[in-house]
Amino acid sequence: MADHEVVTPVPGTFYRSPDPESAPFKSEGDTVVAGETIGVVEIMKNFQHVDAQVSGTVLRFLVENEGFVAAGQPVAVVDDGA
Amino acid sequence: MPTTNDCWRYSIPIKVIKPGLATSVQDLGRRGYYHVGVPPSGALDQFSLLAANLLVGNSSDAAALECAYMGPELHFTESTVVAATGADIELQINGQAQPAWTSVVVAPGDVVTFGYLKRGARMCLAVAGGIDVPEVLGSRSTYTLGALGGHEGRVLQAGDELAIGPVRGKVATRTVPLALRPDLPSELEIRVVMGLYDHLLTDLGRQTFLATSWTLTPVADRVGFRYKGAQLDMVEREQPFGAGSDPSNIVDAPYPIGSIQIPGAVEPIVLHRDAVSGGGYAMIATVISADMDAIAQSAPGSTTRFVAVDLYAALAARAERAERISRLRGHFG
Repeated sequence: MADHEVVTPVPGTFYRSPDPESAPFKSEGDTVVAGETIGVVEIMKNFQHVDAQVSGTVLRFLVENEGFVAAGQPVAVVDDGA
Repeated sequence: MPTTNDCWRYSIPIKVIKPGLATSVQDLGRRGYYHVGVPPSGALDQFSLLAANLLVGNSSDAAALECAYMGPELHFTESTVVAATGADIELQINGQAQPAWTSVVVAPGDVVTFGYLKRGARMCLAVAGGIDVPEVLGSRSTYTLGALGGHEGRVLQAGDELAIGPVRGKVATRTVPLALRPDLPSELEIRVVMGLYDHLLTDLGRQTFLATSWTLTPVADRVGFRYKGAQLDMVEREQPFGAGSDPSNIVDAPYPIGSIQIPGAVEPIVLHRDAVSGGGYAMIATVISADMDAIAQSAPGSTTRFVAVDLYAALAARAERAERISRLRGHFG
């Protein structure tokens, strides 16, 4: 099995759900498809999607909801099952 | 000597594949219309814009691209020269890293991309000839809130095509010496002149403002930079006629660029070059002009201490900055 880090391209505030009322995009253990959104980062009133680069299983999140992230920081780990 | 690039030409050599986060066309800005509500706009980090233009052989009033936090992906269909300055974010051509603060040759078919932001917040990409968009009120700068200037009055989108202006002469490869490049610290000291409304703070409020290490929030764009860190104590008073009910409200007044307002006496906002020209929040201090480039390069999560200086110190800092700019110009002969 190979672990892949999901990285945010921008700095800002990390959210695991699209809005406060909704369920998280993904929970640990969920399957994820390459290109699927696993969180959003708010910067300058923009919401930048953070997408998985590979398909597999979400192993864990590395940043908590509403945590501050830097550009290039890994926010989650996906196991591609390979 | 004249070269093949010496004659006037019109071409659209840049295609935007990915726009980045908030990439816009900016020049030195639009002077003289703030009193009617049109802010100066222009590159937030003016020093980096000037350096980028000098690197590619442009006049200082040429327009370039300003990119915040994340760079665009651009496809060039013609040979030209580019330079990236400002934030520490790797310039790449066809995936190969290029030196920062240096003029770099781009060949037809090349794709320009950027790495992740490491330090600072805003990168400036200049292209020889300048980004050729129509002047509006004497400037090519984008003012998105007014939907004017720049490329169709907005930030770039995927699929946009950008023209560049005529290039005069050949561009030599140049680099800006390290000593002339700005520091991009994550802990900043920003100088301010107190007033005009700091009398609405108590002594404790004033002390708290200057003693707090303020953290820049992600609400930091071309209009203003919002910080958090403390609640400021304000003088209790009966709000005057025309002012809102919050203690931080005043009867509407014009807002200088760099002025610091504190809605709710918490979360100060430093207004930058796309600011609204007036409103009803007390401005407790104003950032000196020499430190506005540093504000532009502060990234969310960085911390800032505001240091009170008098007007003489502010003018001395302005003269120092002008001297640094003339050293930069001198380097390019």
